Amino acid sequence: MVKSHEGRLPSLQTDRELVLGLIEACHEAIVIHADDLCELDRAIGDGDHGTNMRRGCEAVYLDRERLGSLPLPQAIETIGMTLVMSVGGASGPLYGTLLIEIGRRLGTRDEADFATILGEAIDAVARRGRALAGDKTLLDVLYPVQTEMARQSALINIAKRAEVSARLTAEMKAMRGRASFLGDRSIGHVDPGASSCALLTTAICRYLREYRPA
Amino acid sequence: MKGNTANVGIVIVSHSPLVAKGTADMVRQMVGDTVPLSWCGGNSEGGLGTNATGILAAIEAAWSDHGVAVFVDLGGAETNSEMAIEMLGESRSGMVAICNAPIVEGAVIAAAEASGGASLAKVVATAEELSPS
Repeated sequence: MVKSHEGRLPSLQTDRELVLGLIEACHEAIVIHADDLCELDRAIGDGDHGTNMRRGCEAVYLDRERLGSLPLPQAIETIGMTLVMSVGGASGPLYGTLLIEIGRRLGTRDEADFATILGEAIDAVARRGRALAGDKTLLDVLYPVQTEMARQSALINIAKRAEVSARLTAEMKAMRGRASFLGDRSIGHVDPGASSCALLTTAICRYLREYRPA
Repeated sequence: MKGNTANVGIVIVSHSPLVAKGTADMVRQMVGDTVPLSWCGGNSEGGLGTNATGILAAIEAAWSDHGVAVFVDLGGAETNSEMAIEMLGESRSGMVAICNAPIVEGAVIAAAEASGGASLAKVVATAEELSPS
């Protein structure tokens, strides 16, 4: 069974309650903050990041009963595919790639720890977006989160690092996506993708901290 | 189209359904029905955006066993097109190329090239000559 104690990550195993809980936590975080994400995106992009993320999370949420019946790796991969199909912007393939790669690796690599799997999945996202750390994208949250996980940091510290990392994107100049068209004028604005990534990380960490398997 | 055409297919992907359809209209005016042609524009709700499902369907609709050249506008169109191409499966994904070219000019010149029976590599190269390297 999945164990959660001392604020550490539970070992990831098939768990309907865990899948449903994570879906609900992520859905809630995005729905509550969708307008804020659109506002951030209006400043340096096309203003639809919140709407797009909400569309994706709604599609996953509507499918949650079926997803909850799947083994965890398959559930994560299927959620990734649903995001690709439903988000309607570049963030669909980016978040989708992250989850598809995590799911596939969780399903086939018993020996690897989750931080290693996450690191490889983030590299796949970087290839998909042809972006690097420091380009003012969601990678600037994902890489620090992976670093904290590799250090086996407490969940609350992983969440804090995600939030701080998202804020730090304000100092960066966008090198990818529509914000890059603004050049130096993108500096001073938090990246919407980094922001949604921090929101989701925080929601996941909060859920896992409170999660007590039956 | 069922893939039995001798000519390379053309797919146009824009955030805007109007841009995608308008570009396809210009291509059609140029080459008539000699080239398999399809377009995808907008998100799944009909707003501005791109979606992998629609792009996948467009590639299927314009499928040619000689290959398909895809023209895209901004970032998400390219990223979603890459996902759609992967979803085709390994045996067919190698037959589809996203062109680094302006969407309207690229699609029209590529279609003209394709209508003469040029290979996918030649169609792509001709369109990409439009882009500053």
